[in-house]
Amino acid sequence: MSTALHAVTVLGHDRPGIIAETTAGLAGLGLNIEDSTMTLLRGHFAMMLLCRGSADEGQIEAALAPLAAGGDLDIAVRPVLDEPGHAAGGSGWVLTVHGGDRPGIVSEVVGQVAELGGNITDLTTRLAGDLYLLVAELDVPAGVAPAALEAGIRAAAERVGVTATIRPVEADEL
Amino acid sequence: MSEDLAAGSARLAGWTEDELGVEGTVLPVVRAPDLVLSTRGADVDPTDPDIVQLAADLVATMRVSPGCVGLAANQVGVGVRLFCVDVTEHPKTRTRHGTFVLCNAEVVSASRNEKAREGCMSVPDFTGDVKRGSRVTVTGAIPGTGEQVTIATDAFEARALQHEIDHTDGLLFLDRVAGAHAIYPRQTYL
Repeated sequence: MSTALHAVTVLGHDRPGIIAETTAGLAGLGLNIEDSTMTLLRGHFAMMLLCRGSADEGQIEAALAPLAAGGDLDIAVRPVLDEPGHAAGGSGWVLTVHGGDRPGIVSEVVGQVAELGGNITDLTTRLAGDLYLLVAELDVPAGVAPAALEAGIRAAAERVGVTATIRPVEADEL
Repeated sequence: MSEDLAAGSARLAGWTEDELGVEGTVLPVVRAPDLVLSTRGADVDPTDPDIVQLAADLVATMRVSPGCVGLAANQVGVGVRLFCVDVTEHPKTRTRHGTFVLCNAEVVSASRNEKAREGCMSVPDFTGDVKRGSRVTVTGAIPGTGEQVTIATDAFEARALQHEIDHTDGLLFLDRVAGAHAIYPRQTYL
């Protein structure tokens, strides 16, 4: 079997059955879903998945074309390369930011994370009324002191008038 | 009931693997998706010499596994309801009963749910957020003598007991995660 990896994104108006139809189309081509994530963004359907198999992009697009026929779903298929796994040696952190909504909160805070060499591995933002919320998971390189990380993020949050807290990820081995 | 709990706690806290009277052997730990991890184990006779030997083997395997605070029989490929626990050295431990092994254990009651991220030797590539009672009452039989004990415990020992009893019921922490985005790739291995 080919080891080709394909990225499929499905975005648009939510309705029941989108995942069932998408995965049925992929299964019909013998593709194996290796990783996926799906959520609703303000009620809009948003899904990304990586699937592996011998079908090419054209075949996948053709198989999923009926989904997009209504004009309210966008489907994109593109080839991707295998990425190396997570590098060990750093530390994992959970960042929470909340405060009054205004443009620039995400860019200010994650810019600080990037400046310290931190890599965001998971990110969710939500807006409810005036409350803006960001929750992220970060990998921070071994050389960065936790105090510097915390101080930098707090300062960035202050610049845009929100509150930021950061705490280490602690997984208990059982 | 409280006298029973005090007696159970004292009995378990005083227990050591020396009581088993046999030397334990370190066994290989099986990983998901091995079916033995997804199947409820058989109830055991705690006085059966094979079960006493397995109890010693579990303790020996736990001892040599870095960071391991509990191990169930199905994690070494044996589908029976038996596990060992020792959370003594863990920083989140409050109440502790040292090293012990329980057969056919059940959670009698659990309260004060708290969420925490768990990892498992049998699921080495993931961690997950799991909500569990931080105060539990558990009953089970001591291998060798077969005495039935009931204990109450809290904090990390409570979490460890629920995790191990889940193993004996054929459940992994993956079956208990708090939501669709509550599973994470593991970043560091012990």
